[in-house]
Amino acid sequence: MTISSFLRGCAASREIAVFTRSREAAKGLRFVRSIMFLALALLGGASPSWADSSMAVAPYANTALADPAKEAEAKALMESVRCLVCQGRSLIRKRIAAGEQPEAIRAYLIRSYGDWVSYKPVFDWATAPLWIAPLLFVMTGLWLARGRFRRRKR
Amino acid sequence: VKRFWLWAPLGVFVVFVLTVAWSLYRPDDRLHPSKMIGQPFPATALAAAASDRPPFAAKTGEARLVNVFASWCVPCIAEARVLGDLAASGVRIDGVAIRDKRADVDRFLAKNGNPYRTIGLDADSSVQIAIGSSGVPETFVVDGKGIIRFQHIGEITPADVDVVLAKLREAR
Repeated sequence: MTISSFLRGCAASREIAVFTRSREAAKGLRFVRSIMFLALALLGGASPSWADSSMAVAPYANTALADPAKEAEAKALMESVRCLVCQGRSLIRKRIAAGEQPEAIRAYLIRSYGDWVSYKPVFDWATAPLWIAPLLFVMTGLWLARGRFRRRKR
Repeated sequence: VKRFWLWAPLGVFVVFVLTVAWSLYRPDDRLHPSKMIGQPFPATALAAAASDRPPFAAKTGEARLVNVFASWCVPCIAEARVLGDLAASGVRIDGVAIRDKRADVDRFLAKNGNPYRTIGLDADSSVQIAIGSSGVPETFVVDGKGIIRFQHIGEITPADVDVVLAKLREAR
């Protein structure tokens, strides 16, 4: 459903309304038309024709690689990396197809955009507390529990 | 000593709450500056994006602005006038058209003015990703040695001109 065909549909129903003499019938038609308008608007909104643009689609953006193993590698990397410019997938596929390692591509993206671009958390000074704190909590818990059990035994 | 251990959990809890509260109320920074500032501009060869301009000059030997734009980008239209004024005052501006077509770029430039010396067509955003740009428009100050010195995210408004010009002067 394109916008133009939708508008054409509206014009057609208006013509019918003009030729209908009875007011009641016209009223009914108007109701039907408004329902149709709603339905079409919803349909049209969901159809991809609204998103169609003259924008050049980057090659590989929406095409899978021919080699399933490489496509799987590309897909795994895409899922753990932020959608850069929303067509960044094409770059990932192109580089995987050229035989690059996923982690090398991730490193390349991090070099351009920083850690922000990767969903795979890194271990460094800023993130160390996040990794270590749970271990500390578990250890403290075990130590406390040990103290409890000892006291109870006595 | 015993009293200290009695209060310790509460202390940890208070620190936790304060950290969370501080993070929640800290102003959110949604801009993601490029990590390529201080790094050389990639030497990727880009085809000409417009019929009346040469392909993108990867090396120029002079400080310049590299404007990342697109014919389908609405803020780029608003920015075009500011860029035109900058070009008229002698600033060298080179353009990188993202995911575009030559006919569309030609139409865009005919309508909104053409401040660019050279324009490259970055059809698959590879250069955009290599310079850490995450949208259009963005403008990079690149010095004579080809090192990226500054990144302006979003369109250059008349209010931003002074900062951009100052950064360009520093890069000279």
